[in-house]
Amino acid sequence: MNLALSEEQEMLKQAARELLEERCPKSFVKLMEQDAKGYSAELWQEMATLGWLGLVFPEAYGGSGMSFLDLSVLLEEMGRACLPSPFFPTVVLGGLPVLEAGSERQKKLYLPDIASGRAIFSLALLEPKLGHDSKAIAVEAIPDGNTYNISGSKLFVPYANVADYLLCVVRTSRQEQGITLLIADAKSPGVTCTVMETMAHEKLCEVVFDEVRVPKENILGQLDQGWPEVSRIVQRSDVAKCCQIVGNLQWVLEDTVAYAKERKQFGRPIGTFQALQHYCADMYTYVEGARLSTYQAAWMLSEGLTCVKETAVAKSWINEAASRVFNPAHQIHGAMGVTAEHDLHFYTTRARAVELSYNPSSLYLETIAGAMGLE
Amino acid sequence: MDFGFSEEQNTLRQEVRNFLEGEIERGLWKPSCDAWIQGYDPAFTKRVAQRGWIGLTWPKEYGGQERSFIDRLVVTEEMLRYGAPAACHWFTDRQIGGSILSYGSEEQKREFLPKIMAGELYVGLGMSEPESGSDLASLKTRATEDGDAYVINGQKTWTSGASFIKHIDLFARTDMDAPKHRGISEFLVPMDLPGISRIPMIDITGTEAWNDIFFDNVRVPKRCMIGEKNRGFYQVIEQLAYERGGMERLMGNYALFDAIITFVKETECGGRALSQDAIVRHKLAQLQVEFEVGRLLMYKVATVMDEGRPPTVEAAVSKSYATAFEQRLANTAMEILGPYGVLQAGSKYAPFEGLASHSYLGSKGYSLQAGSREILKNIIATRGLGLPTD
Repeated sequence: MNLALSEEQEMLKQAARELLEERCPKSFVKLMEQDAKGYSAELWQEMATLGWLGLVFPEAYGGSGMSFLDLSVLLEEMGRACLPSPFFPTVVLGGLPVLEAGSERQKKLYLPDIASGRAIFSLALLEPKLGHDSKAIAVEAIPDGNTYNISGSKLFVPYANVADYLLCVVRTSRQEQGITLLIADAKSPGVTCTVMETMAHEKLCEVVFDEVRVPKENILGQLDQGWPEVSRIVQRSDVAKCCQIVGNLQWVLEDTVAYAKERKQFGRPIGTFQALQHYCADMYTYVEGARLSTYQAAWMLSEGLTCVKETAVAKSWINEAASRVFNPAHQIHGAMGVTAEHDLHFYTTRARAVELSYNPSSLYLETIAGAMGLE
Repeated sequence: MDFGFSEEQNTLRQEVRNFLEGEIERGLWKPSCDAWIQGYDPAFTKRVAQRGWIGLTWPKEYGGQERSFIDRLVVTEEMLRYGAPAACHWFTDRQIGGSILSYGSEEQKREFLPKIMAGELYVGLGMSEPESGSDLASLKTRATEDGDAYVINGQKTWTSGASFIKHIDLFARTDMDAPKHRGISEFLVPMDLPGISRIPMIDITGTEAWNDIFFDNVRVPKRCMIGEKNRGFYQVIEQLAYERGGMERLMGNYALFDAIITFVKETECGGRALSQDAIVRHKLAQLQVEFEVGRLLMYKVATVMDEGRPPTVEAAVSKSYATAFEQRLANTAMEILGPYGVLQAGSKYAPFEGLASHSYLGSKGYSLQAGSREILKNIIATRGLGLPTD
């Protein structure tokens, strides 16, 4: 057992911290909230040049062959910086599924383009009807010669507004699990994309497919057998999102403690008051728990170990921990912390959005109850 | 980063499990809550010692195995999982041996460590006093120099296991004029010296949990002092990090956790197993999440110990967190049991011999002993986060 990052990971972390502090100040985050695209193409190219986009892909596909754990370190730093970027959907929701389930042809076609910054991916999974299992997938892909014909709406598709490819989760059979993954060209005729109004303005999109044609050779994995891969995508996304939240929470803890040391009332720093000290001690404990449970799941995923339960533990903890960190953070910051000009809200909104993505909290508790043998 | 265990550690864990399961099968003892602090069983301690599981981390030159604190945590975790009666050696293995190793003389190491490892020397704690709890540095018990001895006068309290301990690790004032932190020394005092007496205290579970210990002109040879004169407060601060940092803060009631999970699977209510009730499932799953996170915090503490530094902040985190978990565990178990939750061991209707009510009452003290939750949070805030004290 060794709970420390490797020297190489520390270097990656440091490099990411320095670059993002310089290139992604909160003024940039704010600008991107209002920007139609929501990311900087220039910074995107820089991330490609630095090897971030190809970090986790094998060298044969233009990547650097590093591990998911290495990627986790990078994701934490991106969370810390609130980096507005299609990195997450491209690498975690697009590239890694292609690497895991794609044919040799598909890997050669897409992964080098992801690594070099030429291709932005996203995942079109959720639909207007609330639900998180395969039954909730209603958007159908109808076979028609050498193509599938997709019609219907997908929601919460991150950065679909700038995506080149959409990994679409579609129904290809009336059987409950008759789900297939299709890689659609996002610029195909019939695709309409609208950015949804959200708290964090993080470019979650509604994508409407109107008889969109996708070649049959664009099936990722097996026809009608896509749901297990969707589960793996969501699980990997959960761990990766936990990494981002750990970065969010770490920044919030540090910022709040710094403020408590500096802000004076009654002639002394407010951080001398025991009530506030105990808030901070609790925040620290929640962040430690978040970090350990997240990195445990990330390490297991990285090692190819089954970690459905450990992922559920991390996600359940994070869902609870986030509120338990943000509430005192706002309390300690006083009214300044709820103004638009203070940086705290960037974190409050993003962490909450990440927490609520895909599966509800109760589902993770169900997973754990199952692992405990509670039937 | 590696969250896994080595082959050697897996083997060690299995050996401990086999040993404990064998003991239970032979009916030598029954798993119980709080057995690490209330289960006095010298024969059990002897059998643990024979396997080399006391002083596992200590240097080979004193008879130890120089294994890691992670290895030690593997052993103690299993002892707790099975609710084994390990109280005779728990304190010496956890903190007294380490204190002797850090601060004791060569002679003291050679005298005490082999006896501890043989499972023959049990040591209790002499820290708190009636007027000195969280503010330990204000303690008033005096040790006055007189020839080749110190003469001790005063009172210690909250000492566990005083009916069987052979020595007490005593902190007493050796300089009345120095600032309060700088006038305290540590002594390892034999309990059979003339002038030492005790009065037991019964806790709200009905257990003889602690004792007041009285020192009336007790002559203690000077060679019983551990470490440097007047440095005792700094020594005890370090010792407390080891006292707080163990799995007993999370798993002291594991027997109850295990029992309530089995109970909901096997108990029908309204035509279905309780384990099919969504609220019951979620309450227990929530506890499981908290348990798993607590376990990681404990292993984090052990990695810090393995780096060779006292886990002051890390142990404050793990203990303040885990004692709250223990309280929630007891609370949830009682909620699930309903009216049966209040039954005590004597009742024939008491589920799992009254573990729930015992744990519910016993756990109130967890967030007080070895540093109250508030003191621990102060440590996290000031030592861990650098918040100012004034």
